[in-house]
Amino acid sequence: MVRTEQDIKLEKKVSQTILASQQTPAVGEAGHTGEWRTKRPILHTEKCLVVKTGKLTCNLCWLYCPENTVSRSIPPKFNYDYCKGCGICATECPAHAIEMISEKEAPSCEGNEGGN
Amino acid sequence: MPERKVLTGNHAAAYACKSVGVEVVAAYPITPQSPVVEKISEFVESGELPNTQFVTVESEQSAISAVVAASQMGARVFTASSANGLAYMYEILCWAAGSRLPLVMCIATRALGAPWSVWTDHQDAFSVRDVGFIQQFVESNQEAYDTVLMSYRVAEDPRVYLPAFVSYDGYILSHTMMSVQIEDDDKVREFLPPLKPHIHLTDFENVHSVNPVTPPGLTVRPEGNTPGYYEFRYSMQKAHEYAIEVIEEVAKEFETKFGRAYGNGIYKPYKADDAEVLIFAVGSVASESRGVVDTLRDEGIKIGLISLKLYRPFPIQHLRKAFNKAKLVVVFDRDVGYGMEGILAAELKSALYAADHRPIIRGFIVGLGGRDITADQLINGVKKAIEEQDNREVQLDTHVDFIGLQLNELGFKKEEI
Repeated sequence: MVRTEQDIKLEKKVSQTILASQQTPAVGEAGHTGEWRTKRPILHTEKCLVVKTGKLTCNLCWLYCPENTVSRSIPPKFNYDYCKGCGICATECPAHAIEMISEKEAPSCEGNEGGN
Repeated sequence: MPERKVLTGNHAAAYACKSVGVEVVAAYPITPQSPVVEKISEFVESGELPNTQFVTVESEQSAISAVVAASQMGARVFTASSANGLAYMYEILCWAAGSRLPLVMCIATRALGAPWSVWTDHQDAFSVRDVGFIQQFVESNQEAYDTVLMSYRVAEDPRVYLPAFVSYDGYILSHTMMSVQIEDDDKVREFLPPLKPHIHLTDFENVHSVNPVTPPGLTVRPEGNTPGYYEFRYSMQKAHEYAIEVIEEVAKEFETKFGRAYGNGIYKPYKADDAEVLIFAVGSVASESRGVVDTLRDEGIKIGLISLKLYRPFPIQHLRKAFNKAKLVVVFDRDVGYGMEGILAAELKSALYAADHRPIIRGFIVGLGGRDITADQLINGVKKAIEEQDNREVQLDTHVDFIGLQLNELGFKKEEI
């Protein structure tokens, strides 16, 4: 079958619409990936620049988190359901306000409380 | 007022980046590409490119990663490389194309190691054939400047959104001075409107991830990640197919605005109208062939040249028309598809297989690793092809002819075997 005008229109529409695979944060196939965590980030708010200035200024923890589990808020909060405990936020924090503590020593942390 | 300067190919490409106002450049030096980014870094340092960020990186893989990331933030970006550096970029080139990012990069073509060679051939440019970039070859420094301008226009066209390569021969263009007209920034801006990116990673209220794992099946999710990998790749193929008409349209508009044309933007014919024999080549081999055509015309041979400018998408319909009268096509490849034949020869055969008129196609390999290609060698190749064009045994033979080998001097002599 020779392609009709409609076929060509459809092909063009597809080629101009399906451009790049993008996704908003969501529950993945692996479920709550926070269960993989061996170390947990906790925030010492007294050191945090965002808390100290009361402004959304630094937020490097939010910017660098590869899993989008740190909120851009005052104070920044961790989503422990999905935080895998990589520690990038703690490394990037210029104020050393984030500490990685062993899950064994951490207090029980149900839900999405965030902070310390 | 437009300015006329005497520039190398590398510097012509750098001036093109200045004219289009690239916003982020990241590159790692490799011979013969280095001067293009050195010049851009000079522009940034001197304040001539006040809105450009030059990112210094530790490798080619980082260079292309940096510009891919910047492109996803909505910036107009540029990088360049050659040979082994380009090979090191390979993985991320696929990510650029798979995300349909409108980045433009130059390749100063160079032979791939091993063994080390810094001189020109086209193996590097052809080795990235299937990553999904638009690919173009140029013959002069002015064409390099103009093609970079046109490439941004094509790549950023919402009907296309594909990254593009502009390839020019290492040394033969990259380090050779020619007169180049640099256009007014205002006029270039009229030709090339601001980029409208389709990925906005700077939209912090609406956080997205790009290119998550996409399963083989169609996964319809409200949060995105639809459709499937297969549909993305189908879309990319269709974008390539329909990019040809946009490329032609942009070339026409460029001619109207700036008064320069390179054939139809797809290929450049030379004395091809009444030709019975046509040479098919790209880049330096095509420019060398122009003189060969003149010489052979003087000898009474009706010969012409089709210099291919657009290699990907491969302009099958255009080539069927371009070759619809020729009896013989002589293809000079400055590259080899190892274990097969010259890449251009193989692809031309494939393109003309279903054509109404199928000329005899004879391929030769020339000038690998920068081995000088002389006019005499090309003339002898054409004459050999003419002489043997009706020889069925030659047609059926599958060996590949290399022109300009010096095996004799290495002690390999046919008469002594």
